[in-house]
Order: sequence, then C-alpha cells, then structure tokens
Amino acid sequence: MISIKNVGKKFGKAKILNNCSLSFKDGDRVAIVGGNGAGKTTLLRCLLGHYIYSGKITVFGMDARKKREEVLQKVGFVPQLPPPIQMTISELINFSIAITDDLSKEDIYSVAKDLHFDIGGNLSKPFSKLSGGMKQKMLIALALAKKPSLLVLDEPAANLDPYGREIFFKRIAKIPKETIVILTSHRIKEVHDLVNRVVEMDCGHIVKQVRMEGGEE
Amino acid sequence: MKRLTSVIYSEMRESMRAKWFLLYSLVFGGAIILLFSFGITESQVLGFAGVDRVLIVYIQLCIVILPIFILISTVRSVVGDKETSVLEYFLSMPVSLFSYFWGKFLGKLLVVFIPTMFAFLAALLWGLVKDLHVSWPIVGYYIALLFSIVICFLGLGMFISSIAKKVEWALGLAFLSWLTLLLFIDVIMIGLMLKHQIEESIIIGITLLNPLQVFRVASIILFDPQGSILGPSSFVILDFFGRENFLLFSLAYPVLIGLVLATSGYYLFKKGDLV
Repeated sequence: MISIKNVGKKFGKAKILNNCSLSFKDGDRVAIVGGNGAGKTTLLRCLLGHYIYSGKITVFGMDARKKREEVLQKVGFVPQLPPPIQMTISELINFSIAITDDLSKEDIYSVAKDLHFDIGGNLSKPFSKLSGGMKQKMLIALALAKKPSLLVLDEPAANLDPYGREIFFKRIAKIPKETIVILTSHRIKEVHDLVNRVVEMDCGHIVKQVRMEGGEE
Repeated sequence: MKRLTSVIYSEMRESMRAKWFLLYSLVFGGAIILLFSFGITESQVLGFAGVDRVLIVYIQLCIVILPIFILISTVRSVVGDKETSVLEYFLSMPVSLFSYFWGKFLGKLLVVFIPTMFAFLAALLWGLVKDLHVSWPIVGYYIALLFSIVICFLGLGMFISSIAKKVEWALGLAFLSWLTLLLFIDVIMIGLMLKHQIEESIIIGITLLNPLQVFRVASIILFDPQGSILGPSSFVILDFFGRENFLLFSLAYPVLIGLVLATSGYYLFKKGDLV
C-alpha cells in the first residue's frame, strides 16, 4: 500500500507539484501520463525519497524519506535515461547484489535472458559503452530480478526498438500479480495494455484518474 | 558495513579508471624518479643528503600540487553524479546516504594516498638498495603529514561537492579555495604586514589557520629545527608552540579541518534534495 497525501514540491519559487494525493494498493498497475513539465518524474523522485517535499508519502507503511533504505529494498527502479555508469557490467551486478538483500546473479541472468540480453558476453564491458537498448535492458533486468513489491519505471521503453518493447512488455506481464507497478509515459497508447489505472498530470496537478475496468474515479 | 565497503571498492575502481588518476600517478611517481635521476641524493641541504634530501624536495612539491589534484578530482564526486543522474540511479538502490557519502570519501582517500605512498616506498627501496642514509623518523612523519593534508583537502573537496549545484561551480570554487590558501601563506602575509604595520604575531596567527602554511612550516621545521629558513614566522611559532608541539599540531589540525568540512558536507547533502 502506498499513500501520497497533499504532496507539494517547489524549486525556488516554481511550484512543480501542487497538493497531489494518490493511493495505490497491491496489484495496481498505474500509468502516470502527462506532457513535459507535468510533474511525473518529480512525483516519482518524491516517492523514491530523493526529494524533500511537503505533505506525506508512505510506502508499505514507511516514510519514503526517513526509512529510505528499508523502502528501497522493496523497490525496483528503471530511470528514463540510463546514466553513464563507468562500472563494467560485472561490477554493476556485483555492486547491486552487495547492496540489495535477496538479489542473486542467477535471477539477473534469467531476466536478462527473457529480455534477449546476453549478459555473459558483455560482462567485461563498461556499462556506459553499451548501446542505449542494451543499457535499458540491463537496468530492467536488475530491477525485475529484485522481485520488487513496487516497480517504478520512468519512461521505461524510451530507448527500446519495437521488438525490444514487445519483449519488455511481455516480461512485465509476467511479474507477480500483487506487485504495484507505477510507470510514466507521454503516451497512454504505448502502455495501455500494461496498466489497470491511469493518472493524468498537468502542471503539477493530478487532473484525472481512470480505472481501466471501471471508468473515472 | 558491507554496503560501505562496496561503495569504497566501486569508488576506488572508478577512480583508478579515470584519466586524472593516471596523470596523478605519473606526476607523483614521476617526480620521485626525476629527483633521483637529477642526482639530488648526492647534494646536501642543512646536512641532509641521500633519501632524506629527496623526500625534503618531494614534500615541497606535494605542498603545491597535491591539494589542487585532490580538490579537482574530489569536487566532482557528489555534484558530478547528480548532474549525470548516476546519483539518482544509485540512490534508488537500498544504500544509505552515510555509506554513499563516506564510502566515496574513504575510496578517494585510499586512491589518492596510494600513489604517494608508492612513491615514498620506491624512494626508500632505492635508498636501501644504494645504501643511502635513511632517517626513519623523518620518513614516518612525512607519511603522517601527507595523510593529514590528504584528509584536509578531501574534506574540503567533499564539502564543495555537496554545496555546489553544477560541476563548473564546484571546480571554480575549488580553484579559488586553493588560490586563497596559497596566497595566505606567511611570505605574502608578511608583505601585507610591512605595508599596513600590523603586528607580526597577528599575521602569523592568521597564516597558521591556513592548513597549507601549517604543512609548509612542519615540513621545513623537521629538517631545520631553528626555522632559520622561515625567517620571522619561525620565532613566533617556536615561541608559542615549541617544536614538538607544533609537529603534533600540524598533524592534527589539517585532519580536524578535513573531518569538520566533510561532516558538514555530509549533513548538507543529507538534508537537501538528493538528486
């Protein structure tokens, strides 16, 4: 269960999030949609404990900022753009395993295989030297192999070609039913089949929420 | 603890891959080789020859170049990771802010210290092979002094990295800090003193707040116990502290500054937006 209550975020005088309130229960697959500057990424960053904000966010009963380590043990995250990590793939895997409870090499290899990414052949390559699609697949493999209770995907398919997107969407469909998935996208059409709920944001406000089965909330 | 050591290890690996580290190792390793090849072991200053003489020159080189090398490589740590979104990704993993920040600090500390230690060890090994005179107390003290100055400038670098919003700002601030510290050594301050008729002890007191000056005086006082090379500042320093106390002060003071700055940087980093 995730609860976002009256959350606001300012950068200087600019209000990026205005009094946003949302809640997510187990099994929710939510697409947060909106144009550039709508506040989607800022909301995700508040949820991950990266930003100081007004209001309250609890993730599985824990404060997102004060208990960030405990919260993040349960969270898998894929960023919008893969960062230029200088570690080799092997180092990145070992680092992630050392940091995260219950993450194993076998699980990472298995998810990567599902995504048609050959980790074994790229172990000694620096992450930053991989192609955009390979980087994204590696980050998705690390996030999914954690078997997270909350999966946060910020424009996850942006770097994938159509075939890559297809296998990614197939793999997302295989994650356990109780997992909460929150993903952002500019276009609802792209993620329509993956979600059961859509939240629309505009200029830092939540302007619309739709349950796919039931209609508007 | 496992998370802290993982960050230290990854920071060391990442630093060792960087071009600045290659240049840094070449400069500090190369300096020792050059000093030997120039025949400095054969020359004498204040009765010092052999390996001691090489180390005396080497430590003077370190005063000038070590701080700026440390600052330039360290100030990118936090702000650089923020700018490239690497921080966003790593802090989405369950790593504590303590492990992230202090892991970076300790990783850099080891990486910066290792090449200078190797240079020292190479000098000692060469001295032993060539049967040159080695003064072990000087060697031990110089190693401790280098360690202390490395902590001081790492702390300053991490502090700047925590408060800067952009890498360019951090680099500019680092360069400005280094330049200010270089300007506030006693040689320049004494010029001011003469011009403005300020009391000598005040000027020297101010310069002793400067860790670079403390480092410089300590490295000289060790082989020149009367401080005759230092001129008037030596009288004030030796009168006030005494030689042994000053040597201890010069180890403790830069470490204290470094740790206070790094701790302040950590709290500023922790209480603000992380990415």
